[in-house]
Amino acid sequence: MSEKVVIGLEVHCQLTSLKTKLFCSCPSNYRGREPNTLVCPTCLGLPGSLPVLNQKALEYGLMVALALNCKIPKRTMFFRKNYFYPDMAKNFQISMFDRAGGAPLGYDGYVTLAVGGTQKLVRIRRVHLEEDPGRLVYPGTIDTAPYTLVDYNRHGVALVEVVTEPDFESPKEARAFLQKLRSILEHLGVFDGGLEGAMRCDANISIAGGARVEVKNIGSFKDVERALTFEIMRQKQLLAKKVAVVRETRHWDGERRITVSLRTKEEEYDYRYFPEPDLVPVEITEEMLDQIKARLPELPDARQKRFVSQYGLPGYDAMVLTSDKALADFFEKAVAAYGKPKVVSNWLMSDVLRCLNEYNLEIWESKLTPEHLVEMLKLIDEGVISGKIAKNILWDMVSSGKSPKQIVEERGLTRIADEEYLRKLVDEVFKENPKAVEDALSDEKAIHFLVGQLMKKTRGRADPQLANKIIREKLASK
Amino acid sequence: MGGAKLHAHHVAELVRRGDLSAYEHVCQILEKIERIEDKVRAYITLIPDIALEKAKEVDRKVEKGKRLGKLAGVVLAIKDVISTKGIPTTCGSLMLQDYIPPYDATAVERAVAEDAIIIGKTNMDEFAMGSTTENSAFGPTFNPWDLSRVPGGSSGGSAAALAAGEADISLGSDTGGSVRCPASFCGVVGLKPTYGLVSRYGLIAYANSLEQIGPLTLCVRDCALLMEVVSGHDPRDSTSIPTEPKKYQDVLEKGVEGLRIGVPEEMIGEGVDPLVAKEVWRAVDTLSELGAVCEETSLPSLEYSLAAYYVIAMSEASSNLARYDGVRYGFRAPDEGMDWSSAYSKTRRLGFGPEVRRRILLGTYALSAGYFDKYYLKAMKVRTLIKRDFDEAFKRFDVLASPTMPILPPKIGEKVADPLSMYMCDIDTVPANLAGIPSISVPCGLVDGLPVGFQAMAPPLGEELLLRVGYALESQVRLYERIPVV
Amino acid sequence: MRVLVLGEERSRIKLIDEETVRHVAWLARLEVLDDEVEGFVEQFNRILDYFRKLDEAETEDVEPTFHVLNLVNVFREDEPFPPISPQEALKNAPKSERGFFKAPKMV
Repeated sequence: MSEKVVIGLEVHCQLTSLKTKLFCSCPSNYRGREPNTLVCPTCLGLPGSLPVLNQKALEYGLMVALALNCKIPKRTMFFRKNYFYPDMAKNFQISMFDRAGGAPLGYDGYVTLAVGGTQKLVRIRRVHLEEDPGRLVYPGTIDTAPYTLVDYNRHGVALVEVVTEPDFESPKEARAFLQKLRSILEHLGVFDGGLEGAMRCDANISIAGGARVEVKNIGSFKDVERALTFEIMRQKQLLAKKVAVVRETRHWDGERRITVSLRTKEEEYDYRYFPEPDLVPVEITEEMLDQIKARLPELPDARQKRFVSQYGLPGYDAMVLTSDKALADFFEKAVAAYGKPKVVSNWLMSDVLRCLNEYNLEIWESKLTPEHLVEMLKLIDEGVISGKIAKNILWDMVSSGKSPKQIVEERGLTRIADEEYLRKLVDEVFKENPKAVEDALSDEKAIHFLVGQLMKKTRGRADPQLANKIIREKLASK
Repeated sequence: MGGAKLHAHHVAELVRRGDLSAYEHVCQILEKIERIEDKVRAYITLIPDIALEKAKEVDRKVEKGKRLGKLAGVVLAIKDVISTKGIPTTCGSLMLQDYIPPYDATAVERAVAEDAIIIGKTNMDEFAMGSTTENSAFGPTFNPWDLSRVPGGSSGGSAAALAAGEADISLGSDTGGSVRCPASFCGVVGLKPTYGLVSRYGLIAYANSLEQIGPLTLCVRDCALLMEVVSGHDPRDSTSIPTEPKKYQDVLEKGVEGLRIGVPEEMIGEGVDPLVAKEVWRAVDTLSELGAVCEETSLPSLEYSLAAYYVIAMSEASSNLARYDGVRYGFRAPDEGMDWSSAYSKTRRLGFGPEVRRRILLGTYALSAGYFDKYYLKAMKVRTLIKRDFDEAFKRFDVLASPTMPILPPKIGEKVADPLSMYMCDIDTVPANLAGIPSISVPCGLVDGLPVGFQAMAPPLGEELLLRVGYALESQVRLYERIPVV
Repeated sequence: MRVLVLGEERSRIKLIDEETVRHVAWLARLEVLDDEVEGFVEQFNRILDYFRKLDEAETEDVEPTFHVLNLVNVFREDEPFPPISPQEALKNAPKSERGFFKAPKMV
């Protein structure tokens, strides 16, 4: 890792909280729908149809720009970006442009990112609104299918495009940014990153000594790290062999986990931007901005600070929890019901996240609820289960959604606090381990061994304090 | 039957009163069509059965004493660039030969709501690109005044249908003169409304920033009547002016006394057929006699208008027409084994005619990397200059006047070979589109038995002024009494 | 005043060549046959030469008029409207399959 790596991102996020598309009144919840059932003359690009801007989409776009600390122009226009592709209904995309009287919704913004213990500033070049293209289906693969099937349900769904400056130095940073962006958008309430394909990105990567390469079609932020890591490896290998890295556009193949060259004339983009004559300019007044600003909810950075001041969490914990809105919400719900923020945070940060990671689930996808977590914590406090058992049943809670009480009952996991019964078991342990009993009279370590043996017999269910007490008493009476 | 034809406002009045059966009226027009359509070829699609059904419906309404619309029983011909639900809308192109829109244009919806009876879709230059109606995939339309001549374009079918008595009233579209040019050549009235006054929803785009749907009618009162129906705000068109339709008919008889009329020398001097200019000056004199104050003036930036117009129109067209790729609708060339890019290229070559291809290519060039500033942006700046000149002129004049067309209707085939010389014919009509102002063409005389159109332009939303001037002139000229019987 | 007929001198200047015509045709996905290219080059040069008229206009500090109206901020509410039926959507499609539009192959 000697050569400096420079990465910039172009992220497309659907404004999934909108009820309709960007320029027509078709419903935008296209997922799981039969093809071409959410279309109208406008989003099918029928001759004579016209676009009308969704006011809420503009508001949401401005919210995103403000949340990313962007400057906002006083006036802007939509432009046509002209290019042919089979997922396009008009063979131009209504988008925004920064020349000829145009301006993005936001420009010159920034996002702070925690990188290796320090705060890094990622510069945002621009934020703008545009329409999503349709969906292509290839019977077979893209390069072998004898024809292409097109579904326009997605066509015209509002996208906000966020373009960063080339400020990332590693795939990890790029991923962290996407995570943060997602958290910001989710805090704004304009976006649900859990929906398939709601966030997609293209990346520009260059390594000192090589040309800039664009990688398109990165479908999720989980993939961004893989795609960038692959591409950096590829470029480094070329450089090591003294082969020039050429300036080109490559396609991320998520299945095969490689980038492939799109060596076609497609690379010669010439979008022929010009102002969309069918839409009138947008004037962004101070009043409009003030209203939007007043409605901006708490964003991850502020929430992180609050978690530190209000709950006394360490900065790192607060950062991890607020990097995912669902996780932060989960935390606050649990704390509201249970108190003890540090305990809740510890459980979430360690066991819950480990468990989710193992199942490859996000918190909102899992069946774990704040109520169940609180119930589990209370069971521990009441001495019904041990911490160790709690860790054990957590997996079941996450995957089955059963309440901890139910799991404990079904599996007979309640803690054994029956002194009589435990005394009997201790006698058995003593009988089976005479050497250890002898040692225990003088060596504290041997006591721990005996407690461990008792735990083994009870499969961890013995009340540890009681077990300790009984063993010490028995030893003392020897 | 003789030449004196009922005007649309008469038809509506008679039908409403029960003195004329809509059914009978439609039958009469269908007979006329039967007799002469072979010679004129004004229509691409005729829908006699639907028209007769609708006529019966209107008659039933009359019988039952129900409220009738402003266009009760009026036979409406619609230019084939305006979408009609369930009725083929071809744009005069092979590309859309079989295209049937699933929706009505707002203007159509409004006309039908006022009990107009659609009779068919009229011929036009392909995608409204042309000034002669010769660029139609369905063959040319012939001028009813002289069948060897063009009817003008691009709404040539609409104007010819009216002149020939094949319809009472028509809707055309005007991007650079496409309503006024054929109105002038066919001796009827044509209005290009203020940009944004008539909804473009459903109008198949050629150059969106310039065009409007506009009425073609036999007389100025009919024009006012149709404007009352089709104008006004439409939330489906973002460029629609938030205004209510005016009562245009109410102002017709106000006269022109005291109106200040300017005649820009750039529009009537060199390049204009002297015989045409003579008729227009005669009309100016007539208006002076009626009390208007007429004076020559100058709008210097008009010399750039034609170049600016064609750059803008072609650029926008290249983008608007990109959607015709054979996937969702329209013509598709056999493309077995071809990738999408080659297939699109082939479909588009075979689906579009020569003039359309020419304009798409030139427009693509004008917008392409390195040329945007030189062509499109420059043309849009020139547009500002032209608009300023009009703003200045309208401080001194209520109305500006000129010939509609600098020439008499050319012979069929005369202009087709040389695109540039065809473009030159639009020299007097394009300024109004660039400035977004309303403009009317009213017949003002005949030269060698061919009609000459008088054009008047007014400031934005000055349609009432234009209709007053047009009505005053028409009352003197009364050319509509001489419309030919083909 | 206007020049309605172009002088031969001016029209000889070549603003666009065969290669450009082919490139533009590719951008526009509009096939131009080999035997058509020359004709287009000639016509386009004549027309583009006429467009050079614009160069004469003094437009320094002049803002472009992209929209003639002074309208701004025309919006619609975020309220859904029923879409058209898939049958209607596909009715005009030259080729369709299982509710999808059928486009040519990608590669």
